[in-house]
Amino acid sequence: MTTLSSKTAAPRSVSGWRSAQSKRAIITVLGWMVALVIFFPIFWMILTGFKTETAAIADPTLIFSPTLESYQAVHARSGYTRFALNSVAVAFGSTFFALLIAIPSAYAMAFLPTKRTKGTLLWMLSTKMLPSVGVLVPIYLIFRDVGLLDTRTGLIIIYTLMNLPIVVWMLYTFFKDMPKDILEAGRMDGASTLQEVFFLLLPLTLPGIASTGLLSVILSWNEAFWSLNLTSSKAAPLTAYIASFSSPEGLFWAKLSAASTMAIAPILILGWMTQKQMVRGLTFGAVK
Amino acid sequence: MATLQLHNITKRFGDTEVIKGIDLEVNDREFVVFVGPSGCGKSTLMRMIAGLESATDGDILIDGQRINDVGPADRGLAMVFQSYALYPHMTVEGNMGFSMRLAGVPKEERRAKVLEAAKILQLEPLLDRKPKALSGGQRQRVAIGRAIVRNPSIFLFDEPLSNLDAALRVQMRIELARLHDELDATMIYVTHDQIEAMTMADKIVVLHDGVVEQVGSPMALYHHPRNRFVAGFIGSPKMNFLPVTLTGVAPGGVGIRLPGGGERSIPVDGARLEESAALELGVRPEHLVLDEQGPLSGEIKVLERLGGQTSLYVQMDDELVTIMADGHVAYRVNDTVHFGFVPERAHLFDASGLALPSLQQHPLAGLTRHDNRAPGSPSEEPA
Amino acid sequence: MTKTRASGRTVGGLRTLSLQAPAVTLLLLWMIVPLGMTLWFSFQYYNLLMPGMAGFAGLENYEYLLTDPALWKAMGNTLLLVGWVLAITVIGGTLLAVLFQQEFAGRGIARVLAISPFFVMPTVSALVWKNMMMHPSNGVLAWLAESIGLPAVDWFSSLPLTSIVIIVAWQWLPFALLILLTAMQSLDEDQVEAARMDGAGPVAIFFFITLPHLKRAISVVIMIEMIFLLTIFAEIFVTTSGGPGLATTNLAYLIYIRALLDFDVGTASAGGVIAIILANIVAIFLVRMVAKNLEE
Repeated sequence: MTTLSSKTAAPRSVSGWRSAQSKRAIITVLGWMVALVIFFPIFWMILTGFKTETAAIADPTLIFSPTLESYQAVHARSGYTRFALNSVAVAFGSTFFALLIAIPSAYAMAFLPTKRTKGTLLWMLSTKMLPSVGVLVPIYLIFRDVGLLDTRTGLIIIYTLMNLPIVVWMLYTFFKDMPKDILEAGRMDGASTLQEVFFLLLPLTLPGIASTGLLSVILSWNEAFWSLNLTSSKAAPLTAYIASFSSPEGLFWAKLSAASTMAIAPILILGWMTQKQMVRGLTFGAVK
Repeated sequence: MATLQLHNITKRFGDTEVIKGIDLEVNDREFVVFVGPSGCGKSTLMRMIAGLESATDGDILIDGQRINDVGPADRGLAMVFQSYALYPHMTVEGNMGFSMRLAGVPKEERRAKVLEAAKILQLEPLLDRKPKALSGGQRQRVAIGRAIVRNPSIFLFDEPLSNLDAALRVQMRIELARLHDELDATMIYVTHDQIEAMTMADKIVVLHDGVVEQVGSPMALYHHPRNRFVAGFIGSPKMNFLPVTLTGVAPGGVGIRLPGGGERSIPVDGARLEESAALELGVRPEHLVLDEQGPLSGEIKVLERLGGQTSLYVQMDDELVTIMADGHVAYRVNDTVHFGFVPERAHLFDASGLALPSLQQHPLAGLTRHDNRAPGSPSEEPA
Repeated sequence: MTKTRASGRTVGGLRTLSLQAPAVTLLLLWMIVPLGMTLWFSFQYYNLLMPGMAGFAGLENYEYLLTDPALWKAMGNTLLLVGWVLAITVIGGTLLAVLFQQEFAGRGIARVLAISPFFVMPTVSALVWKNMMMHPSNGVLAWLAESIGLPAVDWFSSLPLTSIVIIVAWQWLPFALLILLTAMQSLDEDQVEAARMDGAGPVAIFFFITLPHLKRAISVVIMIEMIFLLTIFAEIFVTTSGGPGLATTNLAYLIYIRALLDFDVGTASAGGVIAIILANIVAIFLVRMVAKNLEE
């Protein structure tokens, strides 16, 4: 009986196995094709950065002799470092201040909630939905009048405020996920509020705080509305610098590619590292 | 070494009153179990004792001192949480020594105390591990160790065994009982599991909807439940309840007519009964006896054979009655069985659900867990 | 003497307030001051090039703006841009999420490559597409077309808005993918297996199990993208500058032109108010949904 049934079942299971195999092969090919097509412009840009200007506009080919001359040119001639430093200062500066302001606020909301907490959270979220362009005029005029146009300080202020709701929200969800029992055990063990925060809360939520900070850095680094409108030369970050390649006389593809590659590389890597937490921050916890 | 008193403790969250004026006395070195269904307020009550929650009204006294306004760390208590609440980023030693670190105790002294507690709990080989690398039972022991190290006057346990599997739970139950004897400390223990309550407690506090239904030794609660709720909650399987009619009240007991027509006299005090009052008879499954001459009968709907015992689920009119019978009974489903009970083991409840007091105390009703171990010692809380 | 001191929680009202004060105050200022100013300017004659002309304008800025064909062209472009990008990213994102949910060799790396465009700054992606991809003679797309015997397309002159849509969709497709993939991972495997036991094939599973499960995530994606897409700016700024003519001018770009190129603060502010109103219509729904989520 058993031998019989296994005999009849055998061919079927082999063919089932085969079709599962071919299905898997198709999916593998499809998955990789889609990924490569989507990634292609970035790949092409990286490649072009290692070409000469002549090779860059020649017929597309994967075979060429790589050169670093565009990278050297970008560094030597256009003062890439200055723009990069602006980006670093603005992205990290605004993230620092956003965390500084947001941590106490998120702590209060997560651990000392009142009836108004939920409303406050939602209101903060709604400020994020104010379109920048709607307040461009007054911000521009205020900045002009107080001398913040084209300054790093100006951009740091704007980015801090721009990211504050997301930072508060993300920290809130991370703090909220921290088991209350652990803090209560700490209190039973005699920890003061400050000790609670430094011995328990911060060490335990450090990964969350770090990814919140990274998201804030990424968003500030890539921001291109305020940086284009509020800076010109002195405080212009990389987004604005890259935009300067759009003028017809600045059309040097190899240099554009080299500069772009340097501009996006750090953020691309940070982005890959924090994709999971990004989702949480960008959807305000509505998708987990 | 401590006593605890609660006077008229009340707790309101917004408009909902979850604890409705509780008075309680916990004696020195007593093992007290708060038991009740989920939502009865037992955890809230414990958290108020711990100081993690404030009492809306009433007084909490430890050794006669009112401690309502004392912070949780300064009440001389230690608490073991349901989730264990171990600090995941600290080693076992770090966990157990955290309170002393906060208090500024020097390192060597800290280590000595942690080692001492670790020895009691057989945790020495694990001191350098992080909680993540421990099994459920080990985590549980670390949580207890963290409490022991603080040398508290009262231990609080909030459903500490509910995250363990059944076998481990039995083992930890035994270990906790042993610990209680060894440490000679006052312990308060919250659980929804009446078996834990029955096996460990000197005194059980049955809570329901924010009020105390009954306080007493496990055997007192089993043999003399004050009301229908306690009768149904304590004991497993649950007590059976049958509607009966009053036939007469005599000095020796209350006469009733059973469903099916038989008459019996139950030895309880019926002095406060009015004529033709609606009554309910309560008999535990283990006190129902299969008997061809028995006054009760019904059809078997389900049979559960456990080997040594057999549970019969018998349909009687509208009631499904559970009978715990011997493992050898040969009945089958759909058979009709006759059964009866010993009147001394039966309970009567009036319309308001209150039990009519037994005319005779059960000889074991005053017994506590300690009496099991050291026969002859005076019982602490005669019920 | 407070009976509540012991828990440290009911006295928390004050503590909560003081801890939240910095964040709340700053955001309040950030919201109210510019908003109030925009509103105020929108009722003023205010042109930086004509300092002499100032004063209350009533609804004249709005009237001027609303009767300006440029506004309606810009509104139309905004809607087209938002609509097309949404369609491409949501449908594409859902399909890609299903694809990348399957187990295959090197899936982790493929996934990372596919979400990369989202982390590229908008000016870079716009310029890479404009030059290296869509250039009429030297771009990759032109080369591809020619190698299969088709004429090369001069993307930005003949299909300007389509080109912008492609670029923006390329940037936001990974966003939809990322979110929907995350949402997909929370789908209960048992549910899928139960459906399979009930005789559901892959297509039935997609429509009856996966899609309903993704409903909420999809609406979140739609709303968040809408908020960002309504005010796409940098991509237009570095590629077409709104042209040719007004072919790629959206509301955000029009406001920019009025404010920082024409220096007409009044009209630009009126445009800003319109943009805020549009965004708020979307925002109300999003906030409602997040609020519902908070309750759980």
